[in-house]
Amino acid sequence: MYDMKALYQAKSVADAVALRLAHPEAQIIAGGSDVLVQMREGKRAGVELISIYGLDELRGVTLEDDGTLCIGSLTSFSHITRDPLIQQHIPVLGEAVDQVGGPQIRNIGTIGGNTCNGVTSADSASTLFAYDAVIELTGPEGVRRVPIQDFYIRAGKVDIREGEIQTAIRISRESYERTFGHYIKYAMRNAMDIATLGTSVNVRLSPDGKTVERARVAFGVAGPVPLRAETAERLAEGKPVSEETAEAFAQAVKEDINPRDSWRAARDFRMHIAVESARRAFIEAVNRAGGAL
Amino acid sequence: MEKHVIQYETVRFNLNGKDVERTVDVRASLTDMLRNDFRMTSVKKGCEVGECGACNVLIDGEAFNSCIYLAVWANGKHIRTLEGLLGPNGELSDIQQAFVDEAAIQCGFCTPGFILTAVEILESGKEYTDDELRKLLSGHLCRCTGYENILRAVKKTMYRRLGKPMPEQ
Repeated sequence: MYDMKALYQAKSVADAVALRLAHPEAQIIAGGSDVLVQMREGKRAGVELISIYGLDELRGVTLEDDGTLCIGSLTSFSHITRDPLIQQHIPVLGEAVDQVGGPQIRNIGTIGGNTCNGVTSADSASTLFAYDAVIELTGPEGVRRVPIQDFYIRAGKVDIREGEIQTAIRISRESYERTFGHYIKYAMRNAMDIATLGTSVNVRLSPDGKTVERARVAFGVAGPVPLRAETAERLAEGKPVSEETAEAFAQAVKEDINPRDSWRAARDFRMHIAVESARRAFIEAVNRAGGAL
Repeated sequence: MEKHVIQYETVRFNLNGKDVERTVDVRASLTDMLRNDFRMTSVKKGCEVGECGACNVLIDGEAFNSCIYLAVWANGKHIRTLEGLLGPNGELSDIQQAFVDEAAIQCGFCTPGFILTAVEILESGKEYTDDELRKLLSGHLCRCTGYENILRAVKKTMYRRLGKPMPEQ
């Protein structure tokens, strides 16, 4: 038995919004792999829960007419990895979420929950930052869209307002087309572990594969919330595809990241693996894009 | 002290091929309901925080840790536990027999969970490499066997079902 005060099961998105307004103190639960565990730990014991897990309309990935990829917030990690649209347009996201926890966690965990709990180590978050994802929230006033960088306010706190639930994550065609990415999760174990550092890089090369048109790099656990390293991105833009560019790009990430000391790893160690991961992920992304270093 | 109102809800689902119905306390986990209301004692209570995999069941063909799954979410689902693998006279299925043959069991506590994940792997009809199998089995902890025998039991059954000889080590 879970120590909960009450459970409200939403039957539709509109119903979820009404429940949020009626029970402003209640905790939203999607897959529950964080919320239920925190209840067991006593952290959220005695709470009221609004379950949105039954809202099948929030599951699945669609491609809109303008090419925007729209990922329903309740789509599980394993379904994202297996989704043909994800595999075709943004395979790095499927690979990143395939490193969350273990198989059973990837079947219950949702991308909406992964972003809404606001933790910096979320395996989906760095890739979503690197692709300028837009968070879609539905509330009493209708739909609101927020760039993911603004959605994260501080550690554990995201911009979900009164009566709102997150309903989708959107990635524009402009952002993902002709890009190739790679995600590196650095952790102590290969499964059932939280990232010591997560690094997601993607590149768009010139048609001849010799010049970097655009480079993106975002990190988890390099600061209190996931973040982009824009100095490195600007530095690589327009540069020839080369070992030197990879090295300069990797070194430049130090300008924008601010990892902390924790029991998992020291700040200095995280700085070190951030540079090394950025270099390796950049090289792999370039290789996938057909560029030769 | 605040008076607590116990909240119940009726859940209808299919358990091991049979349609069932129960009225459960909404605070119950799926593990609680399967063990207490249906005597499915193959569903083990281990860590109860989704780490050890001992409570694993198949829901609509996918593996889930039932300890971090609300019982009321079972409504409308098809749920399978280890009990559902037995033949009409209690015969073992091929994957269970392989666990016996490969000595993939010592204390047995992790076994039901492992076997149900193995069922999901086997029913995909795909051929996996050892590395892929290790990853697919990584959501279970076993403190007795050292995993090698478990891997071998799953691999052997996979090749048998695919009708292919098992490659030499």
